[in-house]
Amino acid sequence: MKGIQRLVRIATTLLSVYYAYMVEYRAELVLWVLSGSLPIILMGVWIQASQTGQFALTGIEFARYFLAIFFVRQLTVVWVIWEFEREIVEGRLSFRLLQPLNPFWHHFTSHLAERLARLPFAVVLIGLFFWLYPQAIWVPTLGQVALALVVTGFAFTLRFLIQYTLAMLAFWTERASALEQFSFLFYLFLSGMIAPLEMFPPLVRTIAEWTPYPYLMYFPASILVGLPVDIGRGLLVMTGWSLFFLLVCRWLWRKGLRQYSGMGA
Amino acid sequence: MAAILVEHLSKVYPVAVKEPGLKGTAQHFFRRTYRHVKAVQDISFAIEPGEVVGFLGANGAGKTTTLKMLTGLIHPSEGSIRVAGYVPFQRKAGFLKEITLVMGQKQQLIWDLPAVDSLRINAAVYGISDRDLETRVGQLAEMLSLGGKLTQPVRKLSLGERMKAELLAALIHQPQVLFLDEPTLGLDVNAQVSVRDFLREYNQLYGATVLLTSHYMADITALCPRVLVIHQGELIYDGSLEGLVDRFAPCREVEVELAQSYTPEHLATYADLESIQGQLVKFLVPQESLTRTVARILSELAVIDLAVTEPPIEEVIGRVLRSGAVV
Repeated sequence: MKGIQRLVRIATTLLSVYYAYMVEYRAELVLWVLSGSLPIILMGVWIQASQTGQFALTGIEFARYFLAIFFVRQLTVVWVIWEFEREIVEGRLSFRLLQPLNPFWHHFTSHLAERLARLPFAVVLIGLFFWLYPQAIWVPTLGQVALALVVTGFAFTLRFLIQYTLAMLAFWTERASALEQFSFLFYLFLSGMIAPLEMFPPLVRTIAEWTPYPYLMYFPASILVGLPVDIGRGLLVMTGWSLFFLLVCRWLWRKGLRQYSGMGA
Repeated sequence: MAAILVEHLSKVYPVAVKEPGLKGTAQHFFRRTYRHVKAVQDISFAIEPGEVVGFLGANGAGKTTTLKMLTGLIHPSEGSIRVAGYVPFQRKAGFLKEITLVMGQKQQLIWDLPAVDSLRINAAVYGISDRDLETRVGQLAEMLSLGGKLTQPVRKLSLGERMKAELLAALIHQPQVLFLDEPTLGLDVNAQVSVRDFLREYNQLYGATVLLTSHYMADITALCPRVLVIHQGELIYDGSLEGLVDRFAPCREVEVELAQSYTPEHLATYADLESIQGQLVKFLVPQESLTRTVARILSELAVIDLAVTEPPIEEVIGRVLRSGAVV
């Protein structure tokens, strides 16, 4: 009981302090929200394309899908690899290692706090979009919303775990972010950010569905807009990949600490 | 039981070597070669609870590497360490609650928020209740004269205030073993004095063990009765500060103001001449012949004033660190 109380106190304190940190620079926050508007641009491209050809989705469906992608992306964006790499290179990880709390929780809660800080701006942007394009308005059921939010939370955790695992390689390479840049290519195409999976050739789609990428955006966005997805299999694949990355991450962490030299500190 | 026990500790780092020029760059890209640098070599020492020990050495001598091993940040290549009864690299929660590390050139406080927010995080992580936090912050802030500064963003504090706030954050969990790496680096004289006074008071109040590195000898002379000297990774001295000065500087400086001029040759018959500026002469006199030489100078020369001093400690330590002589 005491242990749980301690964990709750750590979680709430980290969240409230990092929330204060995130809202310290408001203009920056707005710019970060806007920098995630690639789905809105792609929405325009696909709506235009849908008017001239035969596609699996109509123009309105494309609009809703990319709006949902925009929303999910706002809640799942992760940058921990750059932070962790800098902490290793500058030796700032040392201060984290001196405390009886795994540094993972500092990064995880700071990302969560940032979600809370950016959410109002993202909602305003979506409201503005509906005001300009009222035909795209749709009302998902309460069940859809609840499921989409749970799956989005899961997607964020999985995305965080994938990037944090790659970040562990900074113990050896000091330029682990290059790996993230490379894997971003797969993320970009297979997550459904560029196009819904319905647009992919069947073989590519089948292969993609066994990778973690479609579950990071396409899956929760599809639930939100009502596109048909296999929820049971999706959750199972997500759980499998989460456990895989969790184990690899813990193994790399233990090995990496032996490599750490606390550069510059 | 010793608070810090180090036996045959060594640390070897692989360092990539690159030749200059394009050929060297190509070789470095395709076939990277490494050499192994022995940062710390077979050092052993023990520090008792409550002791304040100065850790001296030139830049790159191995001080910070040793501190990193003692705090569990890096893994030793060889040897064993016990700090507060724990093996540091295992980083057990009990160990982390017993120690702290302050690095003068690094900061743990969140730059954009008031220090009090970082303190809240530390309190939650170390399991300090809100009431205890308030009491401890009040007490430490008073000792450090930091009243009112903890609610200002850290970036708005002066360097001295920031260092004090760093100290407060590092000590909020009341650690028993303090590792301080250049805690007064870059501070003005007043701030240095107040940090020193605080450390002395903390040591007396909590009986904490302190291992301190500093390039300011005033820190060492004010706080550390005992010093460890490390040179090129090897421990070359472990003992009292006076012992180091006595053994390495067995001479005294005798400064004489004369009523008339004498030739350097004549003056050199009394002792080694350090300098002559008009009628102001400085001799370096071995301790064992000090009384005899001073008596001779007073009786045979026309002396207006005479003063006997020890050479400045910075000079003595500087000589030890430069030469690496085993004392």
